[in-house]
Amino acid sequence: MLYTNLKHLETAEDFKKAVSENENVMIICGRMGPMCIPVYEIAEELENEYSHVSFYDMDFDNPASSVLRSLPETYGFMGLPFTFYFKNGKVVKATSSIQSMDQVKTILNSEFPVAVKA
Amino acid sequence: MDTGNHYDTIVIGGGPAGLTAGIYLSRARVKTLILNEGAAGGQMVLTHEIANYPGVETISGYQLSAIMKKQALSFGCKIRSNISIAATELYGDIKKITLSDGSYYTSDTVVIASGGRPRMLGIPGEDELRGKGISYCATCDGDFFTGKEIIVVGGGNSALEEAVSLTKYARKVTVVHQFDHFQAFEYAVREAEDNPAINFLMETVVASFDGQEKLESVLLKNLRTDELTRLRTDGAFIFIGYVPNTEFLRGVIEMNSSGEIIVDDHMATSIKGVFAAGDSIVKRYRQVTTAVGDGTIAALAATAYINEMKMQRKETAVI
Ligand SMILES: Cc1cc2nc3c(=O)[nH]c(=O)nc-3n(C[C@H](O)[C@H](O)[C@H](O)COP(=O)(O)OP(=O)(O)OC[C@H]3O[C@@H](n4cnc5c(N)ncnc54)[C@H](O)[C@@H]3O)c2cc1C
Repeated sequence: MLYTNLKHLETAEDFKKAVSENENVMIICGRMGPMCIPVYEIAEELENEYSHVSFYDMDFDNPASSVLRSLPETYGFMGLPFTFYFKNGKVVKATSSIQSMDQVKTILNSEFPVAVKA
Repeated sequence: MDTGNHYDTIVIGGGPAGLTAGIYLSRARVKTLILNEGAAGGQMVLTHEIANYPGVETISGYQLSAIMKKQALSFGCKIRSNISIAATELYGDIKKITLSDGSYYTSDTVVIASGGRPRMLGIPGEDELRGKGISYCATCDGDFFTGKEIIVVGGGNSALEEAVSLTKYARKVTVVHQFDHFQAFEYAVREAEDNPAINFLMETVVASFDGQEKLESVLLKNLRTDELTRLRTDGAFIFIGYVPNTEFLRGVIEMNSSGEIIVDDHMATSIKGVFAAGDSIVKRYRQVTTAVGDGTIAALAATAYINEMKMQRKETAVI
């Protein structure tokens, strides 16, 4: 159980729906641990600024999180949280362990640029 | 003059010292802003269980942080987390803090409560393999190393206690320490030495972390013989102490050679109107309770300073 203000993914179906219905998705898969909490907080803070990105979390200890844990991008990952960035249903970036606000923003800006209106 | 960005006090850092200062200041109706680089709660968030905070039998660091934050907010304190400070102007009666996004705030006083962080080794491979075999938190990542062979770098209490706790998961733990003796309590040393899954490499340092997609081996250097050896390992946990988060004030404020801010009994620093509290100051014992105590004193001293300034301004106006 994650005590965050992010939208929670509870089942594999939730996950499929999230990445198929939204173009840009960030999912943080972790526990309520010291390396995870700062990343949830960063996502909570960026939700308004990055309205074109959908932010979710998923409990690492929920068996359904195997949809994320078994992704090939997690090879070598040994630090929580596992954070995934999906574009049109495909993983475009994944990180392991704590990240700073600047690191998260850099990824969001490069992977999910806002279309410039002509 | 636009006073929207002006506060009576700006607190830099939102760990227990900063949050306590925020509680005391706001409750005394001092207009206060906390600017915090990380998550509110600071290192408390890193602590799974705090059992030595009087009045609370046991609580997770996250929960204690959330309560302190709520308390500060309830008295009207403003908190901005996950910001980054680009520049400080602390001399003069009005202090100015500029953030990396270009916005700035001014204040009459500043309380520095920027705490500390785990020391890094600063050697090749450390940045690249963090989260891919290198960890600074045994309780977070220990179970990824079930049945594996790992190293623990360090020789203080944390290193030895965490080495013992990691034997719950890892098959073999090798403690790598640069000196020929430990800087830890006797009981911690004994417990580690008595554990059959732990062995020791003394007078040895890690020269580099190596691996393609994850940590695969470390290059070790024996400090007595200068001999280099390669050790295959699945993981490395680093516990080599803490450094104060005061780099952004180097050359600005008086510090000792370790970068800890020098304060007097009232938490006043070398700069008029600037106070400091918590793990970032010169002191022997770094705990939540001591940070909370420092934060209280700094807040009360800052309040007194503000009141004095107001009196002086009034007197000058009358003359
Ligand atoms: C793993 C671990 C376990 C611990 N267990 C206990 C325990 O059981 N009991 C106990 O009493 N103590 C414990 N401690 C110690 C305790 O957590 C610290 O002494 C205490 O948190 C220090 O408080 P602080 O407010 O001075 O600093 P910190 O808690 O370090 O908070 C400082 C804050 O300032 C922010 N900051 C840093 N630089 C800047 C900047 N330039 N601008 C803006 N913000 C900045 C940081 O992001 C952070 O949020 C533990 C520490 C650790 C690491």
